[in-house]
Amino acid sequence: MTARSPAGRRTARPVRPVGTARPARRAWTVAAPRRAAAAVLVHTLLALLAAAFALPALWLLAAFDADASARARLPAEPTLEHFASVATADTLFVPLGNSLWICGGAAVVTVAASVLAAYPLSRFQLRFGRPFLYTVLFATGLPITAIMVPVYGLFSRVGMVDSRWGAMLFLAAAGLPFGIWLTKSFMDGIPVELEEAAWADGASARQSLLRVVVPLALPGLSVVGVFTLVLAWGNFFVPFVLLQSPERLPAAVRIYTFFGQYGSMDYGPLAAYALLYTLPVVLLYAAVSRFLGGGFSLGGAMKG
Amino acid sequence: MGEDTGEGGGRQERRVQRTAPRSGPNEGGGGRRVGKGTTPAPGVRVLPVLPAAVLLLAFFAAPVVWTVWASFTDAALTGAGAARTSFVGLANFERLFTDPDALRATLLTAVFLIGSGIVGQTVLGMLLALLMQGRRPWVRTVVGGIVVGAWVLPEVVAGFVWAAFLEREGTLNRMLEALGAPQQAWLTALPILAVILANTWKGTAFSMMAYSAALSEVPTDLKDAARVDGAGPLGVVRHVVLPLLRRTVAATLLLVTLQTVQVFTLIYVMTAGGPAGRSTTLPLLMYTEALRLGDIAYGTTVALALLAVAALFSAVYLRTLRPEEVR
Repeated sequence: MTARSPAGRRTARPVRPVGTARPARRAWTVAAPRRAAAAVLVHTLLALLAAAFALPALWLLAAFDADASARARLPAEPTLEHFASVATADTLFVPLGNSLWICGGAAVVTVAASVLAAYPLSRFQLRFGRPFLYTVLFATGLPITAIMVPVYGLFSRVGMVDSRWGAMLFLAAAGLPFGIWLTKSFMDGIPVELEEAAWADGASARQSLLRVVVPLALPGLSVVGVFTLVLAWGNFFVPFVLLQSPERLPAAVRIYTFFGQYGSMDYGPLAAYALLYTLPVVLLYAAVSRFLGGGFSLGGAMKG
Repeated sequence: MGEDTGEGGGRQERRVQRTAPRSGPNEGGGGRRVGKGTTPAPGVRVLPVLPAAVLLLAFFAAPVVWTVWASFTDAALTGAGAARTSFVGLANFERLFTDPDALRATLLTAVFLIGSGIVGQTVLGMLLALLMQGRRPWVRTVVGGIVVGAWVLPEVVAGFVWAAFLEREGTLNRMLEALGAPQQAWLTALPILAVILANTWKGTAFSMMAYSAALSEVPTDLKDAARVDGAGPLGVVRHVVLPLLRRTVAATLLLVTLQTVQVFTLIYVMTAGGPAGRSTTLPLLMYTEALRLGDIAYGTTVALALLAVAALFSAVYLRTLRPEEVR
């Protein structure tokens, strides 16, 4: 880090006139034949890679195929019958409702607890602030899968197995380390002067949190909420271990118990179900990543 | 743990503070301007952390502590261990180290980690990031969108998608047939390769995004300087870009490792650990032992082994990271 900038300055300064013209040219035109060949090569490689990544997912088109099979192809006779066949209360609507309740609840709890925890961590120099943050950071890396057996053991002791509340609270706790960390960094970006103005006008800490900080941090908080929701929505293992009754299972587990446990798969309905279960989170994710820019969508990485 | 003592202190301060909660914030605001950290009412300030701390303690700290305790007992879902759990010393660890299934699961986990996490996702992610660098926005959007799409797909769905793709009648075999190449029942003939491919497909986007972001931070001056000195595009990547990316690579590898060793769903949906345990990694072994066979104690011991594998790799990355920081 320290070695980088001085070296860069030292070598770059003499060639500045050349260097300033170059980045603009390189991005849009191809100056030399060798570079043109390189660009063709790069684009060919990118196209191949993109095709390779798209290929497996193309099978999801089987959802619209009357004669659905394991192989990906354009439906010869497009149909919506597979969607109709899975759209029953027992298969689709109750599990989706459970997903919404478990994952939405987890998102709400995570956001609320993250706001409360991040506020003092961001605003005050707490004695245990740093150790707490490091513990949280450490917990971010903890493999959730590895603690599911002990969690099941604990839940069975206190009678919380097969309870949607239990699964919801666990998923909320699982989202917390990331949530606290992200919320704190959003709050760090809100100038404390705004709050001081509120305090000067006689606002309490609770009022300044609710009226000043939360509205300003709302975009960031919605990111935390949506991410918790999306991650929980896609989580299979936690509800798979903690819930048992069919009527309490979220869609993530229902799709497995409905399709995965038989020898031969019913491809059409499976693909239809997969699309219905996946689409909400993909749309939510797309909305948030567009909003976040930078590291999560690729549009912001154009600076180089 | 730090927050434990913090709460204890918090409870005492709360009693003092309760008499004048209204004036507290104003004092807090005023005190902040005067001097940091010396303002009154630290107890009140810690209070809001409590819900998060309680959730984390109950659902993270407690299970971790319980893991360590249970691995020395015969806790079980049924039978004698369920009725009255007793201390069995190192018996679970002895079994772990002599159990051929556990040895194979550890090896398979390492193969899965190296194949899909370290080689697959990192190499592909870096390649994609390098190739997309400086390309037109629509190229980046299309290619990036496809790769990220695989990442956003829920794990169960990814499992089904790949199960269909590698099925005997699936897309891959149809393509191989068209090319005249030999076909395979991939899921049964090469189960570990099948899940490695699937996990690489699913996880590459994360590495790609991390490396894309890091690449955009590499100063253009340095690359220009190297070019002026006669370095070709590959030379610039090798001698300028990659050395600067070392820290990002180490940090990304760390996260990818922690993520990869705990993959359960993808493997479970695709092969359920079979055939005959040939794709049973540690998470699947843990699940089978603890929740299928009811041997919670041995399952948690396997979980500890899983944590140990993750910690081992983390330590290696942190070591490779450190010299850079010192310099």
